[in-house]
Amino acid sequence: MALETTTIQSSLNDHFESAVSDFQQIHDILTFEVDADQIAKVMTFLRDDATLRFNFLTDLCGMHFPDADPSRQFSVVYHMHNWVDNVRIRIKCFLPAENPTIDTVSTIFLSANWQERETYDFFGIIFKGHPQLKRILNMDEMVSFPMRKEFPLEDGGRTDKDDRFFGRTTDNC
Amino acid sequence: MSDLLLPPELRYADIIEKRKNGDGSELSILNLGPTHPATHGIFQNILLMDGERIVEGEGTVGYIHRAFEKIAENRPFYQITPLTDRMNYCSSPINNMGWWMTLEKALNIEVPKRAQYLRVIVMELARIADHIICNSVLGVDTGALTGFLYVFQYREKIYEIYEEICGARLTTNMGRIGGFERDWSPLAFEKLNTLLEEFPPIWQEFENLLARNRIFMDRTIDVGPISAEKAISYGFTGPNLRAAGVDYDIRVMQPYSSYEDFEFDIPVGKSGDTYDRFCVRNAEVWESLKIIKQALAKLPEGPYHADVPDYYLPPKDEVYHNMEALIYHFKIVMGEVPVPVTEVYHPVEGGNGELGFYLVTDGSRTPYRLHFRRPCFIYYQAFNEMVKGQMLSDAIATLSSLNVIAGELDA
Amino acid sequence: MSDSKIITNAPAPEGFQGEGFFAGKLSDVVGMARANSLWPLPFATSCCGIEFMATMASHYDVARFGSERMSFSPRQADMLLVMGTIAKKMAPILRQVYEQMAEPRWVISVGACACSGGIFDTYSVLQGIDKIIPVDVYVPGCPPRPEQILDGIMRLQDLVRSESVRRRSSPEYTELLASYNIK
Repeated sequence: MALETTTIQSSLNDHFESAVSDFQQIHDILTFEVDADQIAKVMTFLRDDATLRFNFLTDLCGMHFPDADPSRQFSVVYHMHNWVDNVRIRIKCFLPAENPTIDTVSTIFLSANWQERETYDFFGIIFKGHPQLKRILNMDEMVSFPMRKEFPLEDGGRTDKDDRFFGRTTDNC
Repeated sequence: MSDLLLPPELRYADIIEKRKNGDGSELSILNLGPTHPATHGIFQNILLMDGERIVEGEGTVGYIHRAFEKIAENRPFYQITPLTDRMNYCSSPINNMGWWMTLEKALNIEVPKRAQYLRVIVMELARIADHIICNSVLGVDTGALTGFLYVFQYREKIYEIYEEICGARLTTNMGRIGGFERDWSPLAFEKLNTLLEEFPPIWQEFENLLARNRIFMDRTIDVGPISAEKAISYGFTGPNLRAAGVDYDIRVMQPYSSYEDFEFDIPVGKSGDTYDRFCVRNAEVWESLKIIKQALAKLPEGPYHADVPDYYLPPKDEVYHNMEALIYHFKIVMGEVPVPVTEVYHPVEGGNGELGFYLVTDGSRTPYRLHFRRPCFIYYQAFNEMVKGQMLSDAIATLSSLNVIAGELDA
Repeated sequence: MSDSKIITNAPAPEGFQGEGFFAGKLSDVVGMARANSLWPLPFATSCCGIEFMATMASHYDVARFGSERMSFSPRQADMLLVMGTIAKKMAPILRQVYEQMAEPRWVISVGACACSGGIFDTYSVLQGIDKIIPVDVYVPGCPPRPEQILDGIMRLQDLVRSESVRRRSSPEYTELLASYNIK
């Protein structure tokens, strides 16, 4: 018997009332928003509940919205997968621009460990309670967070590429 | 200069000070450094050793971080395909097809059956190529060079088939949104049929060399085991998870590109050790050959691409002779096509597991965010746990059998 | 197919021959010996490494050019084959490996990423290894076919064959190393 999205939605609403909101079905994945301070409880509930059974954390990534409201400029997106009923969900947690902090889920799912380090490395989102939150892909000495929208793609110090030949001026890049 | 090569906090120095063995001997640190003949790509492991036995380890990655996700935010869709090639470069058609399928989901495009079957054939060829590398190099790392030399010849034959289809050997950049750029030539089918005849005896010979070989079994059984629960918690997918006993395969769980039309088994191991991973990959090559045979037998006639002139690059001879086709070509490559505002997550079964593409578009030429769920990155976390208490040479065998590809690890 | 001959023995260098002796230049003999026994250090980082594995395998066989033994220890290698993207995190390690190699040493940069950063014009990728080590032969391609890699090795063999035995202590060479801050 398939796990309906209405079941997921009502079960979450019953347990967490206002902490979960904005349920949408985008293509084939139910997407909803969770308050940042409740994420650990919601994820534990999703994993351990006997009907929901989301046993696998597929993916964890961050996003940056520089044009949004300052209390919702960063977000952490979790994809979870229920292997028994073959249902996927997507959870979004929005974080403020000043000091984006969220609880770690690496105690719930061990695969979140490096994924949270990668999100910290790229966006600067702090995961409270993470055993070893330091940079993973970039150089340890780096101070800025490269996936934020204001950070440029190319290395500023490159000497062999003349911007004039690429039509770039200070206005358009 | 050498401080740059060790992690910032030398916590092992404290541990060595404090912990001594009963007979007064000390632990030592070994740097299984980024450049090592037996690591498939560059990643570092700092190992705390008690003689020859590993007590603890810490991995450092990022030595080939090329910022794919950042680059993808600045490129229109067709220009992102060469990036996807270079993630798991041993089986690049799978990455390409996964990317096209993600876009087709986002743009709601239906791909004709013939193109879907051809995609299945090329993805299974790529899976065979990937497993050939992994298993033969596992042989090399345990000292058996012969298998590598025998089966690599057949990788060249697979490369010849890729060249007939798309022109490139390794980083294929194959396909278009909605199908393929040209129908496969009769020569490609001929080469494919020759491969299907000649390869099985060679693969059987390779299996015979190693699978019941006393030395190989001693080196790989009970080496680097992982239990199914731990593997699921660590996010394992693909052959590494199937070796631990869990039959999770996206081709069966969420079939894409007509995989549901084919009959194939999912080989599953028992204890998740290196030998099981080797055997699961061997068996998967046989299953892939089965799928290719079925696809060739049932291949329908029909168009090899969807009829979506807004997204499908027009054929090159029309581009050179027809003004409209030239304009469409320019618009599509530069990304000036209608893009809906949506977000899509599409997984495919890559050579190493669930390769997922999380695409968030905002209507502009380039994606707002493109995140690759890379299986190698996720399961490499478990390496240090898998080798705790094992010998150093077992660590090398485990690393080899995990099939960690540096391009996918760091992206 | 083509009108190339199969060469079964290397041509003798210039010199005088007689009954039981051959007199030639020392640099020619040394050059011939070095060129036909270049032991590579395959510094394979990414996709070009897989094309190198194909070059090493039986179909394209780099062993017939003298590179039978892949040396993974820099101290025992003659030529450093840098194959694949070098990120800035990896650059100090490449430099250390180069510094450990004993003279005479040569460097082939295989692939677009090693030559100039390739398609990855990003903050994390070194735009060409010649920013940190001197390079002798550049093999472009993404990835280059095994034939191209072999062609690069053959161009290097030409360089090695014609190199003067005094090159490594010449002022030009010292100046070249000094420009990279290599002692």
